[in-house]
Amino acid sequence: MERLLFREKRTFKHGIHPRDYKHFTRDLPIERMPFVREYVLPLSQHAGAPSRPVVKRGERVFRGQLIAEPAAFVSAALHAPVTGVVAAVEPREHPAGKMVDAIVIQRDPHSPQTLFNEHPIDWSALTPSELLEIIRLGGFVGLGGAAFPTHVKYAIPEGKYARFFFVNAAECEPFLTTDYRIMLERYPHIFSGIRVILKILGSEKAYIGVEDNKQEAIALLRETMPSDLPCEVVPLKTKYPQGAEKMLIEAVLHREVPSGRLPIDVEVVVNNVGTVAAIGELFAYNQPLIERVVTITGPGIHRPANLLVPIGTRLSDVIAHCGGMKDNVRQVLFGGPMMGMPQRSLDVPIMKGTSGVLFLTDGEVVPRREYPCIHCMKCVDACPMYLNPSLLGMLARVRRYEDMLEHYIMDCIECGSCSYVCPSNIPLVQRFRVAKALLREKMARERAVQG
Amino acid sequence: MKAREPRLLLTTSPFIKSPQDTRFIMWQVNYALVPVILAGIYYFGLNAVLIILVSLAGALLPEWLWSRRQSHPVNTVRDGSAVITGLLFALTLPPGIPLWMAFLGGTVSVVLGKIIFGGLGYNIFNPALVGRAFLQAAFPVSMTTWIPYATPENVFHIRGDLLTFPFMKPRMDALSAATPLARMKFESQLTRLTDLLLGSTAGSLGETAAFIIILAGVYLGLRGVINWRIPVGIVATVFLLAALLHWVDGTRYPAPWFHVFAGGLMLGAVFMATDPVTSPITQKGVWIFSIGVGLLVVIIRIWGGLPEGVMYSILLMNAVTPLINKMVRPRIYGMREKSGR
Repeated sequence: MERLLFREKRTFKHGIHPRDYKHFTRDLPIERMPFVREYVLPLSQHAGAPSRPVVKRGERVFRGQLIAEPAAFVSAALHAPVTGVVAAVEPREHPAGKMVDAIVIQRDPHSPQTLFNEHPIDWSALTPSELLEIIRLGGFVGLGGAAFPTHVKYAIPEGKYARFFFVNAAECEPFLTTDYRIMLERYPHIFSGIRVILKILGSEKAYIGVEDNKQEAIALLRETMPSDLPCEVVPLKTKYPQGAEKMLIEAVLHREVPSGRLPIDVEVVVNNVGTVAAIGELFAYNQPLIERVVTITGPGIHRPANLLVPIGTRLSDVIAHCGGMKDNVRQVLFGGPMMGMPQRSLDVPIMKGTSGVLFLTDGEVVPRREYPCIHCMKCVDACPMYLNPSLLGMLARVRRYEDMLEHYIMDCIECGSCSYVCPSNIPLVQRFRVAKALLREKMARERAVQG
Repeated sequence: MKAREPRLLLTTSPFIKSPQDTRFIMWQVNYALVPVILAGIYYFGLNAVLIILVSLAGALLPEWLWSRRQSHPVNTVRDGSAVITGLLFALTLPPGIPLWMAFLGGTVSVVLGKIIFGGLGYNIFNPALVGRAFLQAAFPVSMTTWIPYATPENVFHIRGDLLTFPFMKPRMDALSAATPLARMKFESQLTRLTDLLLGSTAGSLGETAAFIIILAGVYLGLRGVINWRIPVGIVATVFLLAALLHWVDGTRYPAPWFHVFAGGLMLGAVFMATDPVTSPITQKGVWIFSIGVGLLVVIIRIWGGLPEGVMYSILLMNAVTPLINKMVRPRIYGMREKSGR
């Protein structure tokens, strides 16, 4: 009844409205990247402990074969993206800017590159715990960017219940069209993925949250939705950061995740739509997570594309495939412009969590002078967590990190909305990240001292 | 094949930014002031031009000197905030004020209103109003002597006491007039609504043409440069309170539209109370602030000794703003109770 009376779009409070820049790749079908000579697979491309290699240098591996196993509960398996030979297990350049141990695989140029042991898995005959194990061994992590191991999300703690399963297809980051293209082209896998996940979690209902700048995807999902699937497509207002877990849950259920807690505390588990589609493919072909869709975009690349890229493909190979970079490129980012990671080397590999590669040029990367805070409250009005970034920014500037705790700095989700709107160009979220890292370190030290 | 490695810039996210920076916002306010200034020139002729130029010079000189000091090499004149201060200050002056007072007041606005607090962003009070309050205290006669608006024939006639030497006694122009609020307070005479809207009344340089100020305010509100809640809150409060009083005793208290359009209310509500630096930082705080300004305006106008109270109302609420910011804190997402401490 309430929904009939107030037919306003579902969304969260605050947030920002950046231009979406999705025109670069919106209408380009997903295109398979041809195989290249060499693949680099960092052992740490997910949240949690690095994977433990199970192959040695010189060993022959097949496309889809396990090459590293999860080393802890919060960790992920790793598979060979191509058939070839392990050329090395050594530190390589990692997109996070450091050297990290990686398995380097040289492709066998004569192999047909068929999938290792391809066959559909009849999931309906399996128990939830068996399904969970298949996902764990498939190396699944969140494909939205954070790369949190999927099986850990599905391991519901005692006494908790995942009443609702959320498919996050908001894709609120400007430029990125990965999720959009997946919805248009791989929707059957999304539906089969939802079925498997609902069985694992025992959830009542699934929601697919899509921002309303993707009308075609909303219409297609609604049309093709199997009638027996307890799933609802929820159009969301196009607003950043609509794709943040907490904002998605607020928009759909009008529930707030308590401070310092997880979505499961409000009976929700959230997965990115790409992850769900990949799980659908896992059961359709027995294909572990060895490739993903990446939006190659921005004004600095000659041929933008939605590329299906084997995990471990080096950035330089992707650039070559996309016609090369333009001369005025100044910044290359993994991810979107709001929360992406800048790259300094073109040797880094595409990882499981790489949703896009964005090439920015002199036109977008302009130095901006910092002015004093004029208390205009644009940041206060933008913060989806209702913090006071103006005040926090002043405390951070004079390094009063302890005082920032009293103003709930740890609830900051680092979405960057405050920095985006600040007319004084104050690097707010940038300073908050430093403050949070130092505070976390200090808290860990204190815990260690207390034993 | 190895791609050419460009010199890639390493900064941290976000990498895109809203195009509205402080300089843009400040200059938008200045542009919005242009029609208000033109109205002032139309009604008060050459006098208005001279007063505005001299006030601006008085405001910009200390700002420029200050921005040249060693530890602060940035030219803060260009960010436009001192220009706003100078222009707004000039627009609050009576059109017959001696020019040396205008210069002094402009300087006081920037020095005592802003620089001694540490410059842009750190001041507590609206700088332009600090300058005006200073003049009001120092030269009460010159600040309350009004001249009638100009007719096309004497646009180039310098009237009033503009060219009085510093610290000399003004000779007092024979032609003086009363503002609509003064006429109401001391003679119980109502001014026509059309005169109030178009500005054909006595009053400060920029306050008389309410209609033009409203248009400028709508423009700034739509562009997101000012917080529309502030002028709306102030005007609504004044209107409601004045309507209540008018209903109680229609012979003693004028109709609400008179209070809304007479005097400096529009100029103050649109351009001065909306100064982001000196207004609260939460929307709830902003409502408290603007309702406070509106209440004080009516109280001073009706029960105070002065016919006009916009300046003191805004300055008083400026003083309360840090307290409002401390008391009114938004609830943090994911927390049940208020986070007020």
